[in-house]
Amino acid sequence: MWPNKFDYVRAGSVDEALSSITDDGKFLAGGHSLLPVMKLRLDAPEQLVDIGRIPELQGISANGGLTIGAGATHDAIATSADVQAMCGALASACGQVGDQGVRNFGTLGGNIAHADPASDPPTVLVAVGASVNIQGAGGSRSVGAGDFFVDLFETALDDGELITSVSVPDLSDHQSAYVKFPHPASRYAIVGVCVALKMNDDGSCDHAHVAVGGATVKAVRCSSAEAALAGTTVDDAAVNAAAEAVKSDISEWLAGDIAYPESYRQQMAGVFLKRAVAVAQG
Amino acid sequence: MTTRIFGSGIKRREDPRLITGEARYTDDIKLPGVLHMAVVRSPYAHANIVSIDSSAAEAMDGVVAVYTSDDIGDGLAGLPTAWLIPDSDLKTPEHPALAKGKVRYVGDGVAIVLADDRYRAQDAADAVVVDYEELPAVIDPEEAAGEGAPLIHDDVEGNIAFRWVMGDREASDAVFDAADVVVSERILQQRLLPTAMEPRAAMAQYNPATQELTLWCTSQNPHIHRFIISAVTGLNENKVRVIAPEVGGGFGSKIPCYPDEALVSWASIKLGVPVKWTETRSENYLITIHGRDHVQHVEMAASNDGTLLGVRATVYAGMGGYLSTAAPGIPTILHGLLYVGPYTMGSVFCESIGVMTNGTPTDAYRGAGRPEATFLLERMVDNVARKIGMDPVEVRRKNLIPAFEDGYEVATTLIYDSGDYPAAFEKALDMAGYGDFRRQQKSAEADGRYLGIGVTAYTEMCGLGPSQVAGAVGFQGGLWESATVRVTPTGKVQALIGASPHGQGSETTLAQIIAEELGFPVDDIEVIHGDTTETPMGWGTYGSRTTPVTGAALAQASRKLKDKARVLAAHLMEANVDDIEYADGSFSVKGSPDQAQSIQEVALMAHLAWNMPEGMDPGFEESQFYDPPNFVYPFGTHIAIVEVDAETGVIDLQRYIAVDDCGPQINPEIVAGQIHGGVVQGAAQALCEGAIYSDDGQLLTGSMMDYCMPKADMFPNFELGETVTPSPHHPVGVKGVGETGTIASTPTVYNAVLDALAPLGVTQIDMPLTSAKVWSAIQSARA
Ligand SMILES: Cc1cc2nc3c(=O)[nH]c(=O)nc-3n(C[C@H](O)[C@H](O)[C@H](O)COP(=O)(O)OP(=O)(O)OC[C@H]3O[C@@H](n4cnc5c(N)ncnc54)[C@H](O)[C@@H]3O)c2cc1C
Repeated sequence: MWPNKFDYVRAGSVDEALSSITDDGKFLAGGHSLLPVMKLRLDAPEQLVDIGRIPELQGISANGGLTIGAGATHDAIATSADVQAMCGALASACGQVGDQGVRNFGTLGGNIAHADPASDPPTVLVAVGASVNIQGAGGSRSVGAGDFFVDLFETALDDGELITSVSVPDLSDHQSAYVKFPHPASRYAIVGVCVALKMNDDGSCDHAHVAVGGATVKAVRCSSAEAALAGTTVDDAAVNAAAEAVKSDISEWLAGDIAYPESYRQQMAGVFLKRAVAVAQG
Repeated sequence: MTTRIFGSGIKRREDPRLITGEARYTDDIKLPGVLHMAVVRSPYAHANIVSIDSSAAEAMDGVVAVYTSDDIGDGLAGLPTAWLIPDSDLKTPEHPALAKGKVRYVGDGVAIVLADDRYRAQDAADAVVVDYEELPAVIDPEEAAGEGAPLIHDDVEGNIAFRWVMGDREASDAVFDAADVVVSERILQQRLLPTAMEPRAAMAQYNPATQELTLWCTSQNPHIHRFIISAVTGLNENKVRVIAPEVGGGFGSKIPCYPDEALVSWASIKLGVPVKWTETRSENYLITIHGRDHVQHVEMAASNDGTLLGVRATVYAGMGGYLSTAAPGIPTILHGLLYVGPYTMGSVFCESIGVMTNGTPTDAYRGAGRPEATFLLERMVDNVARKIGMDPVEVRRKNLIPAFEDGYEVATTLIYDSGDYPAAFEKALDMAGYGDFRRQQKSAEADGRYLGIGVTAYTEMCGLGPSQVAGAVGFQGGLWESATVRVTPTGKVQALIGASPHGQGSETTLAQIIAEELGFPVDDIEVIHGDTTETPMGWGTYGSRTTPVTGAALAQASRKLKDKARVLAAHLMEANVDDIEYADGSFSVKGSPDQAQSIQEVALMAHLAWNMPEGMDPGFEESQFYDPPNFVYPFGTHIAIVEVDAETGVIDLQRYIAVDDCGPQINPEIVAGQIHGGVVQGAAQALCEGAIYSDDGQLLTGSMMDYCMPKADMFPNFELGETVTPSPHHPVGVKGVGETGTIASTPTVYNAVLDALAPLGVTQIDMPLTSAKVWSAIQSARA
């Protein structure tokens, strides 16, 4: 409740943010992950550079795909008609983050930079092959979501680098869903499953995107589950096979807590994969 | 005729200030020159303190002092245990305000820092270097009482603080030996974290010139706090003023006097300036008392026809690192005496063993001992039903005590005041549609869906209680209440009470009692509480006692005033007292209704005293001490209907029916509110709440990220019903309703879930019934 002392700088632009940040500094976006950690004195940055009002980081644009500013709030994403059209699963995931107050403050950039394994949006970003656009003192780069998330609370961001936006492919011709099994205490994900299916006219599945979060140290793309669905009519047999496959896809990344251990979460990933497919198929 | 104020669901007068944030809590009170206290707390559950180096902390900006127990010396006596259970070989190990040489739970205070700012105080507390020698720790009470457990207090052999026996062991054994069936279960009453919305806080201001200490603190019983603070500081009790301003819930956790309250008092006396401390939520989970924590070995004996014959239990009750203020009374007097419940069962036996552990101290938590008793009873009744193949509702129906109006003595020696258990039982079953549900359940099962129903019949003992009984059971205080009804010359009422409500709505309910008795408009009545200097003595708000005990004192004080008013009115109207009629706040002369004196006019005349009857003193104020002749025994039946998703183990609580009888309801809305909150709290014990420690005594559920507080969307709309059976010994017939919801709901929800899981072969799961545990139990049963 009583954070350590820190300096505060409000940046007006990305350049100003990048030039202001010190070695022991942190960017402050919505503050909904950083401030709780500081209040518990689990982290004690000496400087906060507030990026919450930088115009370049705001906004969501659709142009053959989505470009979502790092400063876009969960609520802005959940309620964006463009996101709903091009990547319904992402709108759904952001709409399931915390409560309305959290969604009004928390940002996509802050969420993925924090890389809480039980977060919702990363699972969708990893499933659909989004990329994270990063700017640092030395220039800018783009990292695929699958490579961006490294481990528990660990990303490919280097010190002093800023996420500027996230690019999401246009999946308007996919059927997608994000289904979450919320932890009864925190309401973060015990397991979250994202499925996006591209169906052919003949009723067969051209390809599938599948990723799991919550049950794992980071969001994990599940290629054997994807393979189990591709080429099938997504019938019960295929879905059951995918539900089994997903458990092995995540087996080396499992995470759990005292109440909901790894073994349970692994089984639930299978159950919720089935439910996600059902929701995607509407 | 206006609508009767008694029984009317008027809005809680407390709510506008609470809802708009205008209420003033301890932390809202700002005093110039205040120092902030931060406490250096043990990170270990059990360790020797090798050394404490506070030099770096002392040198920091804004730090005024750092103190350890050496600095306090004999400036503060140890915190007392105030419930000394007789004939239990009770040990009361010393509980120093700051640890002396050894810490006994994570959060045990080691040093205090006083600084000019809360942040700086925390910075300095972090800079105090304590060298510990870690010792093995023990958390499970049964384990702590076993061979080879680490010894927590040198003077508490085997960690056993007391051993309380109720009933005759041989007689009980004879009943069990002869019974057709005996069922048994090991029941875990997990630790719960009370989680009041407002954490604890304390601010002390000592005036060296007058030698008076004022302590603002989050207390359910400021007069008890005054008594204890006076005892530990050595100040005369009349030099100590304790004020409980707005208090944001307690659920029992604000009954005890904690080290923190003693420490701010001592520091203020030492430094001559005000000292303030406000708990963080993390501290709250570590150091404010926990509830429950029993390991129970329970058996029930019955006949093949479903007649319940007896219950017996060995209870290991975890006390934590120290014996908190009322702790020994909870798993004993408030627990064992409830073993008969609403049944005609003739044999009871309880051995309750209070065990020191390296957990946070435990004490009274909403229901306090009675939920732990009701749960084991209701669980065992379901087990009996299953074993003999009888419907659990039939077993209950067969054994319910028939209706009685004035006194029914049961095997635990309690004399229940009044009850009609069958009426409440049948009403609840009707509301639930029990027969239909059983059919629905069967057809759902055929579709692979698992529905379950839990039915709890309960009675409980509250309105604590006759002081003579308190004394006989070792409670170090009385359990009466006192109140003053003071009417101003303009006819407005101040009711001063010794009890200390903190969210229950008593300011509204108690005003309704006075309005009913005296005819003042309810809005003209203020209820004043929470300040030992302003209010008469009282023992506090807990044990569902404020309406029954304080309410009785107020009713009787009001009646004294009414008697005075009648005589004065007669005198003023030059009539005979016997000819005075009273209705709706007005006194009139029989036969000439145009001649009348309102209660306000009489009050004014009593103040003016221009024309008083011979021998009548002026003024319009009466006080009453009220010591209840017996406890009150509310009762009822609760029913839960659940569906369990066998694929995930997730429980969906679909319906909740509660029929409660608390006598005549003064304010049905407030009664409903108490039941709603209580049911949620009790159901949460069944479904999701539970403190978990690691083997080395670290609290793993140290925040709401892991400790699962119930949320509104977990619950259906509650279906409430009532029956009304007045208490024969109470001036207005009311019984308490603050804890019934919590007492009844835990077994109701638990039994419903186990009923749903019965076809899958699951017979027992430790609470809370998390989906992971339910799912694992299903897997094991299938395997
Ligand atoms: C009560 C509550 C419930 C929640 N429930 C959920 C939930 O159910 N699901 C879920 O997914 N999340 C949940 N969250 C977390 C929420 O999504 C957070 O808002 C999000 O994780 C962080 O976003 P922020 O903008 O608040 O980041 P901040 O807290 O401001 O920052 C978080 C971290 O990211 C860094 N950072 C921020 N922006 C950038 C950037 N552009 N570039 C580089 N680094 C950056 C910061 O330096 C910091 O280290 C919950 C939070 C709360 C308080």
